[in-house]
Amino acid sequence: GLRLDRSGLNRHGRASEERVMEELPSFTVSQREQFLVENDVFGIYNYFDASDIFTQKYMLEIQRDKQLDYLMKGLRQLGPQFSSLDANRPWLCYWILHSIALLGESVDDELENNAIDFLVRCQGSDGGYGGGPGQLPHLATTYAAVNALVTLSGHKALSSIDREKMSCFLRRMKDKSGGFRMHDMGEMDVRACYTAISIASILNILDDELTQGLGDYILSCQTYEGGIGGEPGSEAHGGYTYCGLAAMILINEVNRLNLDSLMNWAVHRQGVEMGFQGRTNKLVDGCYTFWQAAPCVLLQRLYSTNDHEVHGSSHISQGTDKDHEEHHAHDEDDLEDSDDDDSDEDNDEDSANGDGIHHTSNYINRRVQPIFDSLGLQRYVLLCSKIPDGGFRDKPRKPRDFYHTCYCLSGLSVAQHAWLKDEDTPPLTRDILGSYSNLLEPVHLLHNIVMDQYNEAIEFFFRAA
Amino acid sequence: MDFDETVPLSQRSEWADVVPLTQDDGPNPVVPIAYKEEFRETMDYVRAIYFSDERSPRALRLTEETLRLNSGNYTVWHFRRLVLEALNHDLFEELEFIERIAEDNSKNYQLWHHRRWVAEKLGPDVAGRELEFTRRVLSLDAKHYHAWSHRQWTLRALGGWEDELDYCHELLEADVFNNSAWNQRYYVITRSPLLGGLEAMRESEVSYTIKAILTNPANESSWRYLKALYKDDKESWISDSSVSSVCLNVLSRTDCFHGFALSTLLDLLCDGLRPTNEHKDSVRALANEEPDTNLAILVCTILGRVDPIRANYWAWRKSKITVAAM
Repeated sequence: GLRLDRSGLNRHGRASEERVMEELPSFTVSQREQFLVENDVFGIYNYFDASDIFTQKYMLEIQRDKQLDYLMKGLRQLGPQFSSLDANRPWLCYWILHSIALLGESVDDELENNAIDFLVRCQGSDGGYGGGPGQLPHLATTYAAVNALVTLSGHKALSSIDREKMSCFLRRMKDKSGGFRMHDMGEMDVRACYTAISIASILNILDDELTQGLGDYILSCQTYEGGIGGEPGSEAHGGYTYCGLAAMILINEVNRLNLDSLMNWAVHRQGVEMGFQGRTNKLVDGCYTFWQAAPCVLLQRLYSTNDHEVHGSSHISQGTDKDHEEHHAHDEDDLEDSDDDDSDEDNDEDSANGDGIHHTSNYINRRVQPIFDSLGLQRYVLLCSKIPDGGFRDKPRKPRDFYHTCYCLSGLSVAQHAWLKDEDTPPLTRDILGSYSNLLEPVHLLHNIVMDQYNEAIEFFFRAA
Repeated sequence: MDFDETVPLSQRSEWADVVPLTQDDGPNPVVPIAYKEEFRETMDYVRAIYFSDERSPRALRLTEETLRLNSGNYTVWHFRRLVLEALNHDLFEELEFIERIAEDNSKNYQLWHHRRWVAEKLGPDVAGRELEFTRRVLSLDAKHYHAWSHRQWTLRALGGWEDELDYCHELLEADVFNNSAWNQRYYVITRSPLLGGLEAMRESEVSYTIKAILTNPANESSWRYLKALYKDDKESWISDSSVSSVCLNVLSRTDCFHGFALSTLLDLLCDGLRPTNEHKDSVRALANEEPDTNLAILVCTILGRVDPIRANYWAWRKSKITVAAM
């Protein structure tokens, strides 16, 4: 944030904002825009804080029925204003189907078959998927189609993907510089790199030819700020940072990046509104909930893997749990939940300890304090991005759309699971803002696919090898 | 022949010989769009031309009509390029075409990729024009990501570096919080063939940046830029007194945010800066806590209080110091 000095400013209503603008003509464009957004956001937060418990409960509720309503309607029919997304229909499929999956729901058989059939029609004869039937195959729409099919899961969906042709397509998109182009003679950037590698990883067609020189290219996109830009020299940006980091992890070259500066940049993208911004000194936007929080969690897990020998004490000493105001004794109950299938994990920790300590050390070793403010982030999503009628938006005053719905929900899931070192343990009640029924399915951070569906796909494609 | 765009294609004699190709959506598509009639028809005709691979003047006109209806249709942009090449069409006219499309929606990947393709074919002669075009777009939105990418591409592929540092300054004068302008500044000082490179520019840039910091200590852009000036040269970073000076200067002020000064000091300490008494006193003046600890640890503690959003991050940083010291 720009840390505006708000002392003495009357924050209520547009009229007084205009008065303030007159009084402070020296505000830059950045400051003015930031001021207006803060007004809207703090207006909501103040209203929430002043409300009674029942109103607060209602405001924090995800409203699953309304969300599903909005999503299902979109899947079935879209108005003419969606013509601008006529070359992005696999994206619409993925945004909607993934959102439904995050809510722990699925579509009926008929809709599932229709979705699979539609995506098959988007598949090109030489591999890859275009934005609609008959359109040129494109890496982004291919990524979306594959992710959508994996989310639908099941034999029909997964077997509909032509892996061999996909391999040819990916090779065609590979550039001699090491990066990838989005389509024939298309643009090259970090997004293309990520989508190609994500697809190849899931379908089990990743090989040296695809990864050759890729690390060099992505490395050259890390900027002096620490984040990653779209092309070498471009400004560090949340979307590209996610793409670059995920791709590097997938090709096993992540340690070539300057992880310290990347993490420093990423955590500084969370502003006073508690949501994330995409770039330094820009405005908060709900979609960055995913693009920025995912790297934070990924980096934290990478660091904890890297210095695993000291993990016990140093990671716990910071566990003052300042996030969680109410610290109940029911934590003991939670310990019982987590000790079931962790026998293999931290046995070396136990030494001469008895049963009680065994439980404790396993519980502790599976949790960390997220380096970003997760509850604050959830607050932004639920109070400022969520539309009670269904859907999510960038920020107050913006309209809802399926893209923001997908990434706000995905980011919310990441935030809810941010205390966990792996996906086997469920979040605690206090990790979830609002009631525990707000809990979303966990996602695979490198692909943004719900874990269960991801696991099924890996079973399928790696057995096929 | 009639070029009247308000007449449906099916009624234009120019297109009488073409059988429109309908979209193969299948019987029960998902995410079906209720296209307006004009949109649907235009798409059916361009689809026919695309699949018959007709690279003619009327095909070119049809792609224009299509792109006006949906500038995101990358297949049609791609086809348009094939047609332009086949017809050896005037690419200066094409630049104008792109500018017309950009008026309605400049936030479109395809448009910018197309612009790059055209400009590359036209070569260094259009460097000035491309810089002018991006300047116009940036005057409406000074952080426009595609415009900045295109501008950077223009400089490295076509040239025109002479006035770029001045342009960055102009933008920063208007809005010192414009991180894109700071990013561009870094691009220029590190890559311009007219300047001496990062090390040669360091002194003047440090001076410029410190001035910006002291005017707005809460401006993250300037602090990150300052650190960047010492990239890969840790020795200079910790030994250049102006860096730690600006930290001390800001820390001594009571009216501003101290977070960036403290985190910069933290980075210096972690990189090997040996703190002077002045450093220690300055930090301890801000501390409510025990003064008797490792200075870096103390800085982390203060940061946890002063920058509470990142409390867990500063705690994590502190733990890394602990580990290193052990």
